[in-house]
Amino acid sequence: MEKHRVVITGIGVVASNAIGTADFLEALKQGKSGIKQWEELEKLNLRSQIGGQPNLSEVNLEEHLPRLLAAKLTNKGIIYACLAGVEAWKDAGLTPSEETTDFDSGLIFGAGDLSFDSWINREMPSYPIDRGESKKLGSRTISEGMNSGAAAYLNSILGLGSRIQSNSSACITGSEAVLMGYEYLSEGRADRMLCGSTEGDGRYIWAGFDAMRVLCSDSNENPTYGSRPMSATSTGFVPSGGSGALVLETLESAKKRNAKIYAEILGGQVNSGGQRGGGTMTAPNSEAVVACIKSAVKNAKIDPKDIDLISGHLTSTKGDPIEIRNWSKALGLEGGDFPLVNTPKSMIGHAIAGAGSVELVACVLQIYNNFVHTNINLDQIHPEILEIIEEDRIPKKSVNQEVNTVMKANFGFGDLNCALVLRKFKE
Amino acid sequence: MERDNVKEELMTIIKPFVPDGESISLAENQDLINDLKINSAHIVDIVLDIEDKFDINIEDDVIGEMNTVADAVDVVMRKTA
Repeated sequence: MEKHRVVITGIGVVASNAIGTADFLEALKQGKSGIKQWEELEKLNLRSQIGGQPNLSEVNLEEHLPRLLAAKLTNKGIIYACLAGVEAWKDAGLTPSEETTDFDSGLIFGAGDLSFDSWINREMPSYPIDRGESKKLGSRTISEGMNSGAAAYLNSILGLGSRIQSNSSACITGSEAVLMGYEYLSEGRADRMLCGSTEGDGRYIWAGFDAMRVLCSDSNENPTYGSRPMSATSTGFVPSGGSGALVLETLESAKKRNAKIYAEILGGQVNSGGQRGGGTMTAPNSEAVVACIKSAVKNAKIDPKDIDLISGHLTSTKGDPIEIRNWSKALGLEGGDFPLVNTPKSMIGHAIAGAGSVELVACVLQIYNNFVHTNINLDQIHPEILEIIEEDRIPKKSVNQEVNTVMKANFGFGDLNCALVLRKFKE
Repeated sequence: MERDNVKEELMTIIKPFVPDGESISLAENQDLINDLKINSAHIVDIVLDIEDKFDINIEDDVIGEMNTVADAVDVVMRKTA
């Protein structure tokens, strides 16, 4: 079967350092941090009291969302998804119909755990069910708490009628959603798919990570310095909320409506280490990571030497040097031959299930605008990384240069891996 | 509380749930679901907002009687009398 080429025709983003792709582009170029200290986390005795929360107060929700949703939605993960999704859809030059269903378009929009989020935002002293007042839950507890809630609310705005799906795969959720959309379209099963993921933020989502001691707890007094992937002094990731959305479209469909093409998706792979061979609930099986990257390269039919930039998972934990080693092994590149490598996490923190999609939007922006964004806070690169690659492979300031081929990967709890190859569009 | 004041407060609560809420005028004889096109699932949210606003408790069988704007005003008038 002849496979369809799949291109990206629209993007939208909500991140802790910017809302909307225009501001996100500037924030990435300037190395703007979205990480703050939160008094609430201090009061509640969390070890890590820093994180990234997109600043919704700078957005007039009524300008972007239907009136009822703007007034009543309380779940931040869903609000972020709706903002990013609507921005991407409009950016692609598409307008939702109020009356008819668009059966040629679908969406795959994943989430971490939306139910943690809605509890926070109800601002009740204790959960009403336990006080015998379950009627106070109202009508939106299920629709805002169910894991498909983000996709469901987003589609109440867009009215799409092809596959509507919500994946949940920890930190690979976003890149996996895009990979699934790519596979669906390459088979010719729809014209376009809106793909992305979302994560809310705050104490109920972050406390469990804090209890696992995987968060950065040494920067409560200096929050913007907390997230420093690839650093010799990384002590844990900095959590954040956010959502990225990408409109994927068959090349035929994009051409037919003369759409702007940001980039092409050449291929990808998803796999698992099976929580064997060094892989656990929280640590990756390196053999599986290497296999995933290799397979993505093969599926995309590229030569690893053509990769200009790796957008890594690189969470600012002790796993970062292992990740670089795995990339080097999978691509067969080291030293000065290794591609440039970065991650927006130094600026926006780790948006957990939202991370993959937000970071893919960053990849698309770098391809389309020909620049490589900075890694902030990197005064001391981890020595084990410098044993594998040259120091100049890790940009410490944003650089304007041609960016043609980008490889993106995310790795998640449950020993899950996902890798994608994106390229500047050429006929 | 005066009937007009109650009605005004109810309008503020109901309007966000009405699809054409900004433009529509809420006449008392309009049916919440059939005329104002409020999604029936949202009636429970309107009832919760009314309960909070007026500090009253509206029982399930009373909710069933609240078909029009006037019905809702009557319930609040009765409960706050």
